[in-house]
Amino acid sequence: MTCQELTEFLMAWLDGELPQEQAAVFEHHLKLCPDCDSYLESYRQAVAMGQDAYAACDDERLPDEVPEQLVQAVLKAQRKGS
Amino acid sequence: MSSPDPPAGPLSEQALVAALRRGDEAAYEQLVRQQGGRMLAVARRFLRSDDLAEDAVQEALLQAFRNMSRFEGGSLLSTWLHRIVVNACLMRLRKASRSREMPIEELLPRYIEDGHRLEPVAEWVETGEEVAEHREQREQVRAAIDRLPESYRNVLLLRDIEQLDTAETAKLMGLSINATKTRLHRARQALRQLLDPHMRDPS
Repeated sequence: MTCQELTEFLMAWLDGELPQEQAAVFEHHLKLCPDCDSYLESYRQAVAMGQDAYAACDDERLPDEVPEQLVQAVLKAQRKGS
Repeated sequence: MSSPDPPAGPLSEQALVAALRRGDEAAYEQLVRQQGGRMLAVARRFLRSDDLAEDAVQEALLQAFRNMSRFEGGSLLSTWLHRIVVNACLMRLRKASRSREMPIEELLPRYIEDGHRLEPVAEWVETGEEVAEHREQREQVRAAIDRLPESYRNVLLLRDIEQLDTAETAKLMGLSINATKTRLHRARQALRQLLDPHMRDPS
């Protein structure tokens, strides 16, 4: 397995979707290749940072409050439409 | 601690759904106030503008009111509304995107002919722990996600942030399951590439 192939299969491996034999080859390459090992770790970290970036954004901006003008606009449009 | 519900308090989900189906105005208001904030957060992520997000939420809520008869009790009202607002956002983005998006290839790793990496991979530092550092890093990550070509950004938001499964994402994006997986993997690789200069371990 080359570094390019490893990168291609990386998500399937993380999702446990790689057939056993292929997974063994993948893991073997990973043990021998520090670049691919670093790549895998940074890929994982990038995914986690993406999730964290928005979760935190919600905490800062959203105390579950809806702007009053939006509430009124929705109710007005609903009355008009019904 | 248990205290009896006040008689005029908010309706339970089941009662709320029944009242919405009857066209009860107080029920509409309860729904907007209860669910609007969460829907707005979703729409802001996709549309990157408060005004556009409010428009999309309004449209989604009105659509939900009209289609209450189609809501099946099997799922939560919040889950159903989440799908509706995501769809409203994607429709808006589709209408707005007339220009061709940037090709993702330049954000993907490069290899030499035999499949080895063209450039060595640097190790990354730990994610920031200090509050200020963490905040700055989150801004960096959001900016990086905003730089992804739109269809990749949308798949990344749907799968990794909104936590929809592959089948639902594929359906909303009009893609096959395999194309959805490929797009998510490429979007994550591109995000990694964009974050790389900020995350390299200097030691």
